[in-house]
Amino acid sequence: METTEKQFVPADFKSEQSVRWCPGCGDHAILNVLHKAMADLGVAPEKTAVISGIGCSSRLPYYMNTYGMHTIHGRAAAIATGLKTARPDMTVWQISGDGDGLAIGGNHFIHAVRRNIDINILLFNNKIYGLTKGQYSPTSDRGAVTKSSPYGTTEDPFIPAELVFGARGNFFARSIDIALDTTKEVMLAAARHHGASVVEVLQNCVIFNNGSHSFLSDKERRDEHTIHLRQGEKMLFGKEMERGLVQDGFGLKAVKIGEDGWTIDDVLVHDATTPTNFLHQQLAMMDGHELPLAIGVIRDVASPTYEAEVEAQVEAVKGKKNFRNLRDMILSTSETWTVGGEAEKE
Amino acid sequence: MPHRSGASHSEGDAAKTQLIMLPGTNVKTLERVVIRFSGDSGDGMQLAGNIFSNVSAGEGSQISTFPDYPAEIRAPQGSLSGVSGFQVNVGKGVHTPGDEADVLVAMNPAALKTNLRYLKPGGIIICDVDTFRPADLKKAEYATDDPVAELGIDPARIMLVPMTTLLKHTLKDSGMDPKSVMKCKNMLALGLICWLFDSPVESVLRKLEKKFAKKPAVYEANAKVIRAGWDYGHNTHSSMPTYRIESEAVKPGTYTDVNGNTATAWGLIMASEKSGRPLFLGSYPITPATDILHELAKRKDLGVKACQMEDEIAGVCSAIGASYAGHLAVTSTSGPGLALKSEGIGLAVMAELPLVVIDVQRGGPSTGLPTKTEQTDLMQALYGRNGESPLCVLAAASPTDCFTMAFEAARIAIEHMTPVILLTDAFIANGSSAWRVPEEEDYPEIRPHFVDASRLEQGWKPFDRDENLVRYWAVPGTPGAMHRVGGLEKDIRTSAISTDGKNHEKMVNIRREKIARIANDIPELQVAGNPDADTILVGWGGTYGHLYTAAEELNAEGCDVAFAHFRYINPLPKNALEVLSRYRRVIVAELNTGQFADYLQMHLPGRRVDRINKVEGQPFMVREIVEGVKSFLGGNEGSINETGNTNSNEA
Ligand SMILES: Cc1ncc(C[n+]2csc(CCOP(=O)(O)OP(=O)(O)O)c2C)c(N)n1
Ligand code: SF4
Ligand SMILES: [Mg+2]
Repeated sequence: METTEKQFVPADFKSEQSVRWCPGCGDHAILNVLHKAMADLGVAPEKTAVISGIGCSSRLPYYMNTYGMHTIHGRAAAIATGLKTARPDMTVWQISGDGDGLAIGGNHFIHAVRRNIDINILLFNNKIYGLTKGQYSPTSDRGAVTKSSPYGTTEDPFIPAELVFGARGNFFARSIDIALDTTKEVMLAAARHHGASVVEVLQNCVIFNNGSHSFLSDKERRDEHTIHLRQGEKMLFGKEMERGLVQDGFGLKAVKIGEDGWTIDDVLVHDATTPTNFLHQQLAMMDGHELPLAIGVIRDVASPTYEAEVEAQVEAVKGKKNFRNLRDMILSTSETWTVGGEAEKE
Repeated sequence: MPHRSGASHSEGDAAKTQLIMLPGTNVKTLERVVIRFSGDSGDGMQLAGNIFSNVSAGEGSQISTFPDYPAEIRAPQGSLSGVSGFQVNVGKGVHTPGDEADVLVAMNPAALKTNLRYLKPGGIIICDVDTFRPADLKKAEYATDDPVAELGIDPARIMLVPMTTLLKHTLKDSGMDPKSVMKCKNMLALGLICWLFDSPVESVLRKLEKKFAKKPAVYEANAKVIRAGWDYGHNTHSSMPTYRIESEAVKPGTYTDVNGNTATAWGLIMASEKSGRPLFLGSYPITPATDILHELAKRKDLGVKACQMEDEIAGVCSAIGASYAGHLAVTSTSGPGLALKSEGIGLAVMAELPLVVIDVQRGGPSTGLPTKTEQTDLMQALYGRNGESPLCVLAAASPTDCFTMAFEAARIAIEHMTPVILLTDAFIANGSSAWRVPEEEDYPEIRPHFVDASRLEQGWKPFDRDENLVRYWAVPGTPGAMHRVGGLEKDIRTSAISTDGKNHEKMVNIRREKIARIANDIPELQVAGNPDADTILVGWGGTYGHLYTAAEELNAEGCDVAFAHFRYINPLPKNALEVLSRYRRVIVAELNTGQFADYLQMHLPGRRVDRINKVEGQPFMVREIVEGVKSFLGGNEGSINETGNTNSNEA
């Protein structure tokens, strides 16, 4: 990531296009935070590229004063992979909806994660197809009643984190559209992580799936139903931070400090950097019901990135060969013969 | 094989490719000769064939080779399905690997049985008689113990050589284990072929010495075996005529033997060097295109980034990302993969990004005939996308032309900011011929259409265009040129997204006209054969060699035909329609049911376009085209209907 000394302000990353999302759509908040996060990050607009697929959320690149592409449905990850592999000097963001990233683009999503290409994937999860006006998506809850499932869906949803871990991902973070500070925090962490970073933002679609996250996001309930994980800190939550997560056999349990003999010492400390993802998975699978939904950076483990490895391999093999162009390569690796005048030169 | 000027070949008839005795000598001179090496996959037939053809090329012969592999990766030894072949055509005026072989080398009874049909009437067979053992004959499904009689072969035309015995005898003191000894059998065959064609054994040995530079013992063994083969021929068949193959004055330079897929990869590298744009390939393995990926993956040593993606869609999409990033971006595939890439290619049309798409055509539809050749993706390349989606379509004519056309595809893509589809096919992709390694100055500079500082200062918009309607390339990293592109329609003036209908129509027309204007930047159509004839034979893509040879033969026989071959399909060369309209009869020969004929028909309203078609997964035979053209010329002149529709006549 090429940061500069220059100070940026959010406006440096804002294009002149007027924003077209529905009033009240969660996308507005995420966009504003992204402008701020980019300013804080310190990568120049011309060194930043934002690649999206198709969907309401995928309109986002038009609102950025950076390089960007609004591509085709589902393919943003593949396009971003090509861009980043070609130009590791660029900081590349991918914007996808739950349909774009996990349905039509599911294959590219898991492979981008597995390959560990250094892109920052912002997954706008509204659990619905917004742009096509309200069909269920691969993250819609079982039984969700939508225009294409008038009697409720009969299939289980993906939990994005689980896909990321299944694809052996090394960075996963989560936020909620209205939790502006958390969103910025995880965006910055994602950008600073080398490799594929997935940030799931729970986003409200006011038109087709209003309130789908409200039991997590409502002010009164948020403290009870979510836990903000922070590196090196105790896993505490609740209005007064009176509750904590403890190990319970192979699983986790939410307890009240001081009740049933639980003390602060029993509460787990978050470490996003452990190579084994066992605990990260458990944390990411908490859904806000029995256990609070985890927001913040859940996993952040360093590992070699695809584009850097490609670059290193290019340099290494180049260094071993004594040719620098096509002709010399052919002459030194192929069987050749000379015609005309000179003696046969092999 | 020194060049023997003029003296020796009979005047231009089809028989000139046959083995003709010259009076007064027992060394005969041939204009060109086709040799087919056949055996088990492990018999090293391709190596023997390659060495022979490369040595001949080094002596000034033209060469064209074609491998014929079994479909199974590892078929049982000695079985009919396990036979692989390698055909070489060497000599003067060589444009194809040859319809049929003058000489067939068969290393076992299975090879003899499966390859006999490729032998020309009167051709010679060299066979390892030691493999006529009951077990081998059974594996090859013979009913008797006399394959020669069973197959109806004239005993005078077959040399039954005890190759295995000779081999064991030659290497008995070498200390090699029996398995290694058997591996040298191909060199015995090669020695025999060298004797038969009066070919300098020294040149062959020099090639081998280079090949086995690190294994002198292996070289010694092989050299011994080659000499033994040569001596055997010389001593036991001294009454048989040997032959000399004609050479031809070729352009001075350094030559190598290259197949179409490698040439394609190299053409792209050349374009990268000439444009200063780093080369990126996004691909997914598919027969018969995979070798392009293999070659470019090796060329990390020249800085190429070749990425095997998760599917064809990711292949084209990663290339689009790299193109936006300022690279020479390429995706390579075959027909089924091209189908998957359609939407991505449409994005490149809409975003007006340079992109090279290579389609090595194979038999279709669906999975079809994966290893066989066809020209059936033309319509898919031209029209296989949603919306009005014009792009440039090119087709390579021969293995070595793949280099030139890959370069051209990249040049046009970069200079005209458009996707270009290059069609090659299984036949030219796997076939090879001698090729002059280009010098630095042989190919022009490619000038990327970058947006410059002065234009940026004047308030550049991403879809501003030059006089050729080409937009400018603003490469990420350039300060002040941040811009977004995408698949949505944009306003003709502001480049902002627009849903206005009138604006859309203008943009559709601009995109079409942009492609049409590429015609000003490509070579005109050339007419070969007899340009003054009434009839013109027309082809496109990988059938060039067969069509050219057919036209030559027709004219030599007094059937006058002109010949034109298309490598630029969309847009057509500027003079193409004028050229075609000069002829009373236009005959399109192609390996499909008439896709290019239909395309030309569309551009030549009111004209009839006759057709010669074949869809057998095999290249044309020259003979088929000659006969097909003759059937049109033969007396039904009256049936030409200047206004009528296609009258398809299938050869
Ligand atoms: C190939 C293709 N298939 C289908 C569509 C239609 N389509 C556009 S966006 C979309 C789903 C959008 O849902 P999501 O990705 O969750 O984005 P959101 O609108 O919810 O932000 C669909 C089905 C399309 N544009 N292209
Ligand atoms: S439809 Fe839903 S997701 Fe789309 S802009 Fe409106 S509120 Fe946002
Ligand atoms: Mg959605």
